[in-house]
Amino acid sequence: MPDNIPSTSPTRRLEHYVAPLEETPLEEIDSLKTDGKPSNLWIDAWHDVRRRPMFWISAALILLVVIVALFPTWFTQVPPNSDCQLSNSNGAPSAEHPLGFTRQGCDVFSRIVHGAGTSLSVGIIVTLLVFTLGVLFGSFAGYYGGWIDSVLSRFGDIFFSIPYILAAVVIMSVLANYRNVWVISLAIGLFAWPATARVLRSEILRVKNADFVTAATAIGLSRFRILWSHVVPNSIAPVIVITTISLASAIVAEATLSFLGVGLPSTFMSWGNDIAQAQTTLRTAPQVLVYPSIALSLTVFSFIMLGEVVRDALDPKARAQR
Amino acid sequence: MSAPLLEVKDLEVGFRTQAGVVQAVRGVNFTLERGGSLAIVGESGSGKSTMAHAIINLLPGTGHISGGQILLDGQDLATASEHEMEQIRGRKIGFVPQDPMSNLNPVWSIGFQVEEAIRANGIATGRKEVKQRAIQVLKEAGLQDADRRLKQFPHQFSGGMRQRVLIGMGLAANPQLLIADEPTSALDVTVQRVILDHLESLTRELGTTLLFITHDLGLAAERAEQLLVMYKGRVVESGPSVEILQNPRHPYTQRLVAAAPSLASRRIQASGSIAAAESSIAAEASTAAGDEIDLIATAEARAEALEAAGTRPPAIIVENLTKVFKIRGAGEFTAVDDVSFQIAKGTTTALVGESGSGKSTVAKMLLKLEDATSGKIVIDGKDLSAVSPKELFRLRSQMQPVFQDPYGSLNPLRNIGNTISEPLSVHKIGTKATRRERVFELLEQVSLPRTLVTRYPNELSGGQRQRIAIARALALKPDIVILDEAVSALDVLVQAQILRLLADLQAELGLTYLFITHDLAVVRVIADNVCVMQKGRIVEAASTDEVFDNPKEQYTRDLLAAIPGANIELGA
Repeated sequence: MPDNIPSTSPTRRLEHYVAPLEETPLEEIDSLKTDGKPSNLWIDAWHDVRRRPMFWISAALILLVVIVALFPTWFTQVPPNSDCQLSNSNGAPSAEHPLGFTRQGCDVFSRIVHGAGTSLSVGIIVTLLVFTLGVLFGSFAGYYGGWIDSVLSRFGDIFFSIPYILAAVVIMSVLANYRNVWVISLAIGLFAWPATARVLRSEILRVKNADFVTAATAIGLSRFRILWSHVVPNSIAPVIVITTISLASAIVAEATLSFLGVGLPSTFMSWGNDIAQAQTTLRTAPQVLVYPSIALSLTVFSFIMLGEVVRDALDPKARAQR
Repeated sequence: MSAPLLEVKDLEVGFRTQAGVVQAVRGVNFTLERGGSLAIVGESGSGKSTMAHAIINLLPGTGHISGGQILLDGQDLATASEHEMEQIRGRKIGFVPQDPMSNLNPVWSIGFQVEEAIRANGIATGRKEVKQRAIQVLKEAGLQDADRRLKQFPHQFSGGMRQRVLIGMGLAANPQLLIADEPTSALDVTVQRVILDHLESLTRELGTTLLFITHDLGLAAERAEQLLVMYKGRVVESGPSVEILQNPRHPYTQRLVAAAPSLASRRIQASGSIAAAESSIAAEASTAAGDEIDLIATAEARAEALEAAGTRPPAIIVENLTKVFKIRGAGEFTAVDDVSFQIAKGTTTALVGESGSGKSTVAKMLLKLEDATSGKIVIDGKDLSAVSPKELFRLRSQMQPVFQDPYGSLNPLRNIGNTISEPLSVHKIGTKATRRERVFELLEQVSLPRTLVTRYPNELSGGQRQRIAIARALALKPDIVILDEAVSALDVLVQAQILRLLADLQAELGLTYLFITHDLAVVRVIADNVCVMQKGRIVEAASTDEVFDNPKEQYTRDLLAAIPGANIELGA
């Protein structure tokens, strides 16, 4: 092949070189290559997370927490509250009581098992609340723009400017007589949604000018239907990611509030309450504090890791770099 | 003349990916003499840009030279160290990047950036000298009031002026070789012409050797004496430009020649009529390449179909259409100014203009995506400004758009079947089963297999996506299709294929097209009538032949002269 290339020549006569057809076979113009399975963002993301051990580890831990929360009696026969005997105060572990006893003589393992439900319920209720409010505010603000955007965004900013933990402390103090899972979830969720709304709003702003949105308008679809059938589905990916992570922060928030004494009443089985009660015996019986803390950390860690994995999987650029 | 300036031997460039190394350039050889000019032509993915970046060792991401030599004055750049390359870049090889909009740093003044380039190459030292040289460089690049403009920032420059600055920076150190990567693709055609003329005279004066990359065969042949046609990382044909154009020997080059709008337009021009043009060299090329990519054959088929039909009533009447945008703090801007035209049923009218001429705004108003400030649009006997929502909904089914960006016009989360059937379900036409049948029928009309219904857009190429967009537009059996730069983002071969498809569909279904484009060359093969727009007004409106053969306005003549390849003797 190099022989045909014009070589150094003083007269600068250019040779006309044609590659042999065998070496450069022509393909059909714009030939269709669809040998693989159908794929889109979500299918690709699923294929990606499937291969990542971190996904399976966090998913397994979350599943475990869910099962524990739903069926605590599968894991322990010891009642968490009623069977407490002060003679067992800070007692050592035994076969029936694998993690020992609290200061009140209650079984630590049983309390952790029965506390899972509270943490998880708060996490899920808060997340649903944050997701719903965030999606409604964020999508309407971003999509309709103009004064609707101004009103909704400023409204969100008011909530955004107050740290949600502070707001929850205030609400829980005021509603001291009505402390239960619903109230604490509401107190946390009511001030945690603006971040979600902001993320979605900026995504909507990006998507709403896409040609497929204009094409849908030209078909005759109403603006409202376009929002839900074309715009939101293409903007929701980052919201899913922060929702997973916000579930973790909600669990932390519940524990924090309970620890501060403005969360759930001590009659409730909750990791935050366990940690709060254990702090008095931190020096003499640290294990009483450590075990519920580990349960809390592992659960939170699982949700955060899941969020991270999902974020990587939903970002094609990050995927290509691995 | 002694040894060649640049000699590339068996160059191979690969990119590391998850699936192993992908070869982007496979064994490329070429020689470039001192003072010569070489154009590398190819479609996207052919490896042409990769090769240019390999020469200055600025391969993106995981790209690396995996074999061969790049000899500049006898020095092998493929094995040069980063330090050696820094000495070569700018001083021996200048580089003009593709996109003038993103290649100047918006936070620094133009002067600072030019001076930085001068200082980095050690051309001048001392503040005064550097500034002097910067002004000189910019003046050479064609910015007359350079001393005043040094303090300005990139956003105060138009695209053409930014590209001048970049060319000036590329030539600041009097390099022996200037590499220009699609230097004018992002610019309007008339600006493109001025910039290229300037680049040519500048390199001739300075004796700079020029290597430039383009996807436009006409442009390449017009601007370079030597041509290198690349296909899938290989050189398929190289040699003197005019000779290759007149006598393309490799089937791929023949395809390119047959599909290039600028050349097709030129060929029709040269032979007086479409029919005569078809019988010339294009016919030979098309036998090898297939009918569907020969633009002349497309034009011919269309012309025949039109003649058979005779005169028709208008499908669209636009009268005194005006659109005024209110700009916050800056008063008003008239995007469309008193525009009137009619499109007869079953014909194609092209709306041609450069960016900012208001042509897309006209399309938006026709589609009622934007309300007109004043004026009248009559479609199917109904005035668009006075229709009820119900009537508008019905009118929408008669008029559908196809947009420019194939990557943005399909919802990435919808499969193809649902995308095409959406208009049917919105308008509640047929049952699920009949809609499915209609989707199959439409896929067939745009020459795509039925199996696509369960697939998603990301698996398709730009051309295939554009076919899907056309199928969606045709789902409701509209009379009118508004094509807003519908083929502008496609490679020439794919573009030719889509143009052929559009022509066939028009003949088959009796469609009326409003074809909006910046590319006059494409107009020649697809349109019956042309409206040339400038700054919101129609400056010339006539039949295509009249506009091309006998343009009345200076602006139209400028546009025509800016079609690349206009100066080439094709020997037809």
